[in-house]
Amino acid sequence: MADLQGLTQLFAHEMAARLRSGETTAREIAEAHLARAHATDHGLHAWLTIDDERALAEADAADATLAGARAEGPDALAALHPLHGMPVALKDLVSVKGGQCTAGSRILEGYRAPYDAHITERLRAVGVVILGKTNMDEFAMGSSCEHSAFGPTANPWDLERVPGGSSGGSAASVAAFQTPLSIGTDTGGSIRQPAALCGIVGMKPTYGRVSRYGIVAFASSLDQIGPFARDVRDAAALLHAVSGRDERDSTSAPEPVAEDLVNLPASDDEAASWLRGKRFGVPREYFVEGMEPGVAAAIRTAVADLERAGATVEEVSLPHTDYGLASYYIVAPAEASANLARYDGVRFGHAVTDGADYLADYLVTRGSGFGPEVKRRVMLGTYALSAGYYDAFYLKALKVRTLIKRDFDVLFDAGFDALVGPTSPDVAFRFGAKLADPVKMYLSDACTLPVNMAGLPGISIPCGLSEGLPVGLQLIGPAWSEGVLMRAARAYEGVTASADWRRVRPHDLAKLAGAGLPTPAERIASR
Amino acid sequence: MTATAERAGGVLERYEAVIGIEIHCQLRTVSKMFCACSTQYDGAAPNTHCCPTCLGLPGALPVINRAAVEHVIATGLAIGASIPARTQWERKNYFYPDLPKGYQISQYAIPLAANGRLAIETSAGLFTVDITRAHLEEDTAKLAHGDVVPGSTAGRTTLVDFNRSGAPLMEIVTEPCIRTAEQARRYAEELQLVLRAIGVSDADMERGQMRVEANVSLRVRGTQPFGTRVEVKNMNSFRSVERAIAFEIERQAAALDAGEPLWMETRGWDDGRQATYHMRSKETSEDYRYFPEPDLPPLRVDEAWIEAVRAGLPELPAARRERYVAAGITPYDAAVIVADPGMTGAFEAISAAAASLPAKEIANFVSGMHARAAKSAGINDRGTAGASDPASIAVLLSAIADGSIGRPIGRDLLDRHLADGTPAADLLATVASTISDDAALLGHIDAVIAANPKAVADHRAGKPVAGFFVGQVMRATGGAADAAKVTALVRQRLDAEG
Repeated sequence: MADLQGLTQLFAHEMAARLRSGETTAREIAEAHLARAHATDHGLHAWLTIDDERALAEADAADATLAGARAEGPDALAALHPLHGMPVALKDLVSVKGGQCTAGSRILEGYRAPYDAHITERLRAVGVVILGKTNMDEFAMGSSCEHSAFGPTANPWDLERVPGGSSGGSAASVAAFQTPLSIGTDTGGSIRQPAALCGIVGMKPTYGRVSRYGIVAFASSLDQIGPFARDVRDAAALLHAVSGRDERDSTSAPEPVAEDLVNLPASDDEAASWLRGKRFGVPREYFVEGMEPGVAAAIRTAVADLERAGATVEEVSLPHTDYGLASYYIVAPAEASANLARYDGVRFGHAVTDGADYLADYLVTRGSGFGPEVKRRVMLGTYALSAGYYDAFYLKALKVRTLIKRDFDVLFDAGFDALVGPTSPDVAFRFGAKLADPVKMYLSDACTLPVNMAGLPGISIPCGLSEGLPVGLQLIGPAWSEGVLMRAARAYEGVTASADWRRVRPHDLAKLAGAGLPTPAERIASR
Repeated sequence: MTATAERAGGVLERYEAVIGIEIHCQLRTVSKMFCACSTQYDGAAPNTHCCPTCLGLPGALPVINRAAVEHVIATGLAIGASIPARTQWERKNYFYPDLPKGYQISQYAIPLAANGRLAIETSAGLFTVDITRAHLEEDTAKLAHGDVVPGSTAGRTTLVDFNRSGAPLMEIVTEPCIRTAEQARRYAEELQLVLRAIGVSDADMERGQMRVEANVSLRVRGTQPFGTRVEVKNMNSFRSVERAIAFEIERQAAALDAGEPLWMETRGWDDGRQATYHMRSKETSEDYRYFPEPDLPPLRVDEAWIEAVRAGLPELPAARRERYVAAGITPYDAAVIVADPGMTGAFEAISAAAASLPAKEIANFVSGMHARAAKSAGINDRGTAGASDPASIAVLLSAIADGSIGRPIGRDLLDRHLADGTPAADLLATVASTISDDAALLGHIDAVIAANPKAVADHRAGKPVAGFFVGQVMRATGGAADAAKVTALVRQRLDAEG
């Protein structure tokens, strides 16, 4: 019998090879990860739901499909998706029919989605096994996972620190080896920043690449769905599985999905050779004031590594970066204020009714159902859209958005293959460090949210440590360049394959398996 | 004109009414505006025609219904409006339990049709209504108020039925160019005709498929500034549109005469009391915080699409009336026929089957006998009543028109045709044989004589009974016999009887 504990240490592509060779089964893989998730999550709190029964049923179905394909012959076997039978965690804003979908909010407590999101269908169709749903900042509003109504998630590198957010649970679960793959969403950095803080790979695809159908909306014109994994090949394969046109999302694009996403080189040398002759730009504005020196140093080293591997690197400028934060915090809350209007207690979820009148019911339901950060953004957005303020705020922000997009266009038109810089100005911070000052928290996304404003793809990959904690390198490409970004990221993996920091595992992994560990919420309360 | 309308007419010597009309029409489509749910929910159990999208569930997204867009383009073309090359969608934000998303997807900045007009006939002559815009949006759910849940302990309950939620709705707004209640009514009537003619809406007011709202204000004649505007709702028939506006004009005039202030308010029309009543104040205008709908890209409408819709447009009611009048029908009859799709269809079908028939003849038949038959037997797919067919009707009407059969007989044959669909040729054959055949007539006469020995005896006694026998024979032949010939033959036979 295969070593169950061992399976969880593998990349998905390694497990997939064992699955196909008959060394293991999808059920064994699922069982190993479910067991590890149950055993290690008390002190991490990455998960809101773990659905063993459903996961095992899906794993058995994947095994049955595999057996059928094996009987049919090599062609049928080859036709299976590379991630067939692999486990995945979904951020708890992805609809899974019959399952809870809280979006980290009290107001959705008790709501069970009566339908599958597009990506849920896609994952099922390729035989991916859904283990459960992960914790997140309420309605994806936050950069630390501390705004979850169900308590924060910790960072496996240091349980006193945040995993980043809003997809903190998805990132932490992958970093803690509870699952090889997870799905997050990114509206201003919610995949890339937690990927950086947890030392894993996370990509926000081009707006329109992945259907938003069935994903609880935060800001419709910015939201994108993307993968987390512990290496680029796994992330690329998961992106491949969920990408593509969906008629039910009118903003989903008919762009073909790059097939080389599932054919990234296995050899580090081969991967690294891709860099020769490639041209990267380093936006000087991304080295923001107050940036952690260790982060800046790690990024500079990474840039030097790329150059050494044969790439050209030039300093470039994205002059409107400074206005990104201000305009983002008009556009995103404005859309959110409308998107969150449906949570009124009339049809589903949390409802407080005394029957006196509608307005009173709405006020009490929403007042008690939403947390402070959500209320803050709903108020910001409502204000920005109000008569007399619309032109000064919302319309102005849209104009700035156009300028931000143009900044990127200029560089990509000039022939840069990608831009390289930090994902986050600092490493994982301590619980509470930015909670009292919303603007400080918002600044965590200063280097990621312009990419959402421009609708471009961006990926964060580990590039070293700063004072023992992971630093994320962000690569940004032109629209629909996910294939190129994945190749570039895989090349960087190849270049740095022998780096010392690659062999460092999250420091608190061992602690997580121990008994009597407090939950992150208890840990914070006891300080 | 009603008494209220007449009084309003008096008031209108001092004041000028300024009226704008907003009409919401449910569009005739297979599915809803932004999802695949069926629009055939009339009579269905509550909440049986809904999905994540029209229930506003988390994660659900809208997809534009192309047919609904084409209906608004068709309407725009029918009222001579311009269609923009690019239009967009906005969210109109407000909270109400019948609005599941907390916003309505509508069109604000760029409507699908703008700057149209519609000419109407009024008692004072032709009048053109300027139409500001026609745009597309989604309908709300339906609320049922009151403690209607059996065994419910709540003092007041409101139930929501989402079947209507997300049904496609077209809003058509006029300029404040209407001056009388009659114009308002005639505008609504003519618009209904247009919408039905182009097939975009059933536009039944009583069923809520066409909802008329009027903004009414008065100003002293000869002055420019608008007076205080009152919105009038809940008018469920054309008649109530006219009466409600006339009432409102008079109410406002009385207030102005008495020096009393008017309020910006929404008033409802109470058909029972024949009066408007205060519903809610509009002193503070609601801020809907419109902004572009990020879930839907802007919609591009290219020339080819517009031309394809234009090519599919049928003849419009005004053009049709004109054509009928030119063909010799009175304007009144033309209006009556064009106002009724059944009559229009029958008229067209019969005309097509009988090119040389005077239009007047067809018009009389269609609005008289045929309309009565259609009322009881319905219209068949050939466009005429019951089992009848346009070709037979055309033959019979032609036979009447050219005098080959008498009008009473003709009517009788048309009745029989409408009743059971007997082909015109068979009907005419029975008439023709009776007329031409003396032997057959004599057969009838002999039978009548044999059946009435007393009358024969009277004849012998010198009493004048020939008329009685002729009548009996005419009855026996269904009126088809030549009365003069029958009289001659009756006399001949009676004389032979001695």
